[in-house]
Amino acid sequence: MIEVKNLTKSYGATIAVNNVSFSAQAGEIVGFIGPNGAGKSTTMRVITCYLPADEGTVTVDGYDVFEESIEARKRIGYLPESTPLYTDMGVVDYLKFVAQIRGVAGHTRNERIKDVIDICSLEPMMHKNIGELSKGYRQRVGLAQALIHDPPVLILDEPTAGLDPYQIIEIRNLIKEIGRQKTIIFSTHILSQVAATCDRTLIISNGKIVANDSPQELALSTMDQQVTQIGIIGPHEEIQTKLEHLDFVLDFKKLDSETEYSCYHITSHKDHQTAPELAKFVSQNNWELTELYKTAIDLENVFLKLTQSESQRTGELG
Amino acid sequence: MNNILALFKKETSSYFNSPIAYFNIIAYLAVSAGLFFWFGFFFERRQAQMTYFFRLMPWIFLFFVPAMTMRLWAEEKKMGTVEMLMTLPIKSHEVIIGKFLSSFLLIAIMVILSFPIPITLSFLGDPDGGQIIASYLGLLLMGGAYLSIGLCASTITSDQIIAFISGILMCFGMLVIGFVPYFRDFGLESHFGSITRGVVDTRDLIYYFSVIGFFLYLSVLSVESKRWR
Repeated sequence: MIEVKNLTKSYGATIAVNNVSFSAQAGEIVGFIGPNGAGKSTTMRVITCYLPADEGTVTVDGYDVFEESIEARKRIGYLPESTPLYTDMGVVDYLKFVAQIRGVAGHTRNERIKDVIDICSLEPMMHKNIGELSKGYRQRVGLAQALIHDPPVLILDEPTAGLDPYQIIEIRNLIKEIGRQKTIIFSTHILSQVAATCDRTLIISNGKIVANDSPQELALSTMDQQVTQIGIIGPHEEIQTKLEHLDFVLDFKKLDSETEYSCYHITSHKDHQTAPELAKFVSQNNWELTELYKTAIDLENVFLKLTQSESQRTGELG
Repeated sequence: MNNILALFKKETSSYFNSPIAYFNIIAYLAVSAGLFFWFGFFFERRQAQMTYFFRLMPWIFLFFVPAMTMRLWAEEKKMGTVEMLMTLPIKSHEVIIGKFLSSFLLIAIMVILSFPIPITLSFLGDPDGGQIIASYLGLLLMGGAYLSIGLCASTITSDQIIAFISGILMCFGMLVIGFVPYFRDFGLESHFGSITRGVVDTRDLIYYFSVIGFFLYLSVLSVESKRWR
């Protein structure tokens, strides 16, 4: 659906995007993450035909974004960063305006506007001016205009920025829901969102893609350690000294908890069968086991590791 | 066509949703009528003619038209909506034409609302109706030319004040070039002057249409330049 090949874009002397290639299939949700200024928005702006690429090609549904810009634009719904909207327009007027230019046929237009208002839960605000809306509702208007022509491709630049946790969950579910039939690329800073929503994660750093895989795979391939959480009822000091002597335990950390038992995070090599060994260890010492599980992959660490090593590498080169 | 219409509707409603349009129209009427009746020594002249009114117009437009066009593109840039607009499947020239037409409508309303002046004159004396109608037509043409220049000025900046001042400067340049020997026919005022005498020559029409076309073309280029590579 989306093919990005050797995309390079610079602003004056700064290279914003450097020889980036990736593709997204129909029905795929791709999460775009990276530090500020890594080139996320620039890449999206090239895909949506707002900026031209210096080098490389981008096609959307087979249409080159530079040569057949209008055809490509027809197939994209776009929510730019920080959701620029005409604040002096009414919500419905604005959606009508976009629908008309998006070529939504006159007789289905009102119905379509009603649909997107439903999807984005905009009913309570539909008779207001956009300028009077809160950040969350503006974001929904932005989403509604991106959806109005039922495009096969959605490009969302930080759709959850500035929203409260409830709204974030709502938008996330919405993206998941819509993403069943569409190709979606969205950027975010919130890493847990990527794990919860995406089929694939693209991590971009200094204008280059440093990772391109599903969140789980990414965690497995990047991190050579796993963390297991264990809760034990027993004498604290003895537990700690014995834990130190277990050879598979690379590191452990006592968690602050208000329960009567003590909780630990045990770090071990990722291929090690840590949980059964720990269970054995607890029963051998006649303590009681209250909880034992492998913690979820920590994308934050993956992200830090990938983007840091990249910046270190470029730092060395410089 | 459909796109131009959609944009025309949007721009027109945003003009009238804000106080800018009303304010501009009222100020224009107050200033032009004031200058005409008092500073034009209308009562002392004891002539029921509008010639002096029309002679003021190139100078009044110099300030009022850029005030209306300054926001056309600069505001889109400032608010970031230009990114939304230019990623819609609409061609740059359709955007420019839509915006031009909506501000042209505003100018037309503004100019037509000065109708109490010729009506007053017809009570006081016997003005030349044909000449006045021709002059109003000339006013619209000249207004269109000022508009296209102001719109072009608005595309080069994201700051409305800069758009306003550079609009005035560009219009002023196009106005005073007509006072330079041999360049008389390039000035915005010269052709208007001949229309106000009651003769609408095709050369005058061609002049205004080419100025409008030229500056709209420049505006399209200026807007498109972001997409060049």
